[in-house]
Amino acid sequence: MSMLEQLTNRDQVFDFLAPVASPVDVRHGPILYMEDVNVSFDGFKAINNLNLTIDDGELRCIIGPNGAGKTTMMDIITGKTRPDTGSVWFGSRHNLLTMNEPDIATLGIGRKFQKPTVFEALTVFENLELAMAADKRILPTLTAIMKPENREQIDEVLEMIGLTALRDKPAGILSHGQKQWLEIGMLLMQKPRLLLVDEPVAGMTEQEMERTAELLTSLAGKQSVVVVEHDMGFVRSIARQVTVLHQGSVLAEGTMDQVSNDPEVIKVYLGEEA
Amino acid sequence: MATSTTWLLRPLQERSTQLFLGILTAALAVVTILHLAMPEDSALHVSAYTVTLLGKYLCYALLAVAVDLVWGYLGILSLGHGAFFALGGYAMGMYLMRQIGDRGTYGDPVLPDFMVFLNWDSLPWYWHGFDMAWFAFAMVLLVPGALAFVFGYLAFRSRVTGVYLSIITQALTFALMLAFFRNEMGFGGNNGLTDFRDILGFNLRTDATRLGLFIATGIALAIGYVICRGIVTSKLGRVSIACRDAEARTRFLGYRVERVQLFVFVVSAMLAGVAGALYVPQVGIINPSEFSPLFSIEVVVWVALGGRATLYGAVIGALLVNYAKTVFTGVMPDAWLFALGGLFVLVTVFLPKGIAGLLQKRRKAPEKDRSNPQEATA
Repeated sequence: MSMLEQLTNRDQVFDFLAPVASPVDVRHGPILYMEDVNVSFDGFKAINNLNLTIDDGELRCIIGPNGAGKTTMMDIITGKTRPDTGSVWFGSRHNLLTMNEPDIATLGIGRKFQKPTVFEALTVFENLELAMAADKRILPTLTAIMKPENREQIDEVLEMIGLTALRDKPAGILSHGQKQWLEIGMLLMQKPRLLLVDEPVAGMTEQEMERTAELLTSLAGKQSVVVVEHDMGFVRSIARQVTVLHQGSVLAEGTMDQVSNDPEVIKVYLGEEA
Repeated sequence: MATSTTWLLRPLQERSTQLFLGILTAALAVVTILHLAMPEDSALHVSAYTVTLLGKYLCYALLAVAVDLVWGYLGILSLGHGAFFALGGYAMGMYLMRQIGDRGTYGDPVLPDFMVFLNWDSLPWYWHGFDMAWFAFAMVLLVPGALAFVFGYLAFRSRVTGVYLSIITQALTFALMLAFFRNEMGFGGNNGLTDFRDILGFNLRTDATRLGLFIATGIALAIGYVICRGIVTSKLGRVSIACRDAEARTRFLGYRVERVQLFVFVVSAMLAGVAGALYVPQVGIINPSEFSPLFSIEVVVWVALGGRATLYGAVIGALLVNYAKTVFTGVMPDAWLFALGGLFVLVTVFLPKGIAGLLQKRRKAPEKDRSNPQEATA
């Protein structure tokens, strides 16, 4: 019906054929804005009046005990789960609650899941090539030709994730940590405005953790990065702003020193480790 | 314009494709020369019977390449590709039936013999147009393509994959077999279509036409191989491998997985249709047994033996197994199925990557291995 109405509009001829170009608008504040979000699964309140804002270019760590709602929060942002109430805005123009997963991904929210998933039969270079922002319909993909600037872009990301030497090796032979990096690299190829990274250092060695910390801090500023992590040492090494989630809502927010001295936080979370 | 054909030209610059095309051309040339130039009593003479037999093998090879495209690179194990092969064959068979004209046993200028026998007084609507070669040849591509499109659209949209999809493809070919067995369908029932005379004005019963068909099949195999190779070496080919190995991740990168699957599946079905169309004039008959589920499974065995996700492996597998079948069924007809089963078991256990895997291992610098290590035995 709406298409019919568009056809009868005199000022817009075949408007539905024109590509939808509406950049993310961050002039008036944060890149991600969540207000009063509630989700319950069979009566269990996974997210309880959650309020969270992420500024453009910020690196934010989110910590919290198991079941605090960290993954559910990411599911809401990426369109996988719909909240019962509340509002979620990307910039000041895009209401994420009205969009589906691929559209949100195209808009510029990239997500790395806990378990690294890369295409093992393809080379590192090809993995990045597929992730590259491009026309992803069938015929353009069939006739796609690698342009020099695409190659440069991939080389740049390879350098950033430290896999230049392994570019022509199948991704299947990479170590666990290298796969994590490759997946972060694939996210970068999509040129997202906001990166959601779920437990990036799970199963990494000390050295790999350090490099991941470097990588994530170097991204901040260009992109907004939200990191969900359990490893407190790692969070301490990268975090400027930390948000502590507990039972589906924000318990504390501030620098690492501030939150780790907060008595409430010590009680519910840090206390377990101390 | 230059960019829209690059994907098709890319394989021609590739050493493995050049080698494949070189060997195929040489084989066609040798058979042609030995057939034409050698006197009939010479030991080196290739008889018209052998030429046709080889032509039949080449049709099977093209079918195997089509199956490898969807199985090897897209991870869709089709156990019903025989259906597309047979539909292409029937389209060609209908053209050949109409070419008989009034030379049939009953001498009816329009109706094929079996319709006269069934007391039909006019041609069913779907037989119209098949007296024209261009129409029939278009149908060779369009009918299998359309079936694959409808079937694939429904299956992939509902995200049916894996073993469930294999079972449905098997059911598809079985259902078609039962349908084509019925006389009322108008495709000659269990006798199928036969007694062909001419193709494009050439008498099918002369040695020259048979040689021509053999060469045409070789060319079709070459073209089909280059098309498939063009697809798998393009970015779309890498996306199909991505769909095969991690479907959800591919979707998350922004690719419409179901459309990739549909595109490749339809291309593959069309290639299978061409293989069937070239097969029919060479064997001289098409009947519903080509729809048999067993045949489709056999095709998968050829590909598995030759080596998945290599394309040339599918050709090797099809040629070797069918040659072995010809020899075996001549010597010990009853033992053939046991031999085939035994061969399948042996190859799966000792050569999980098929004969192509063996060839790759022998090379100093092995070609990039495209098969998924975790799924090699699946």
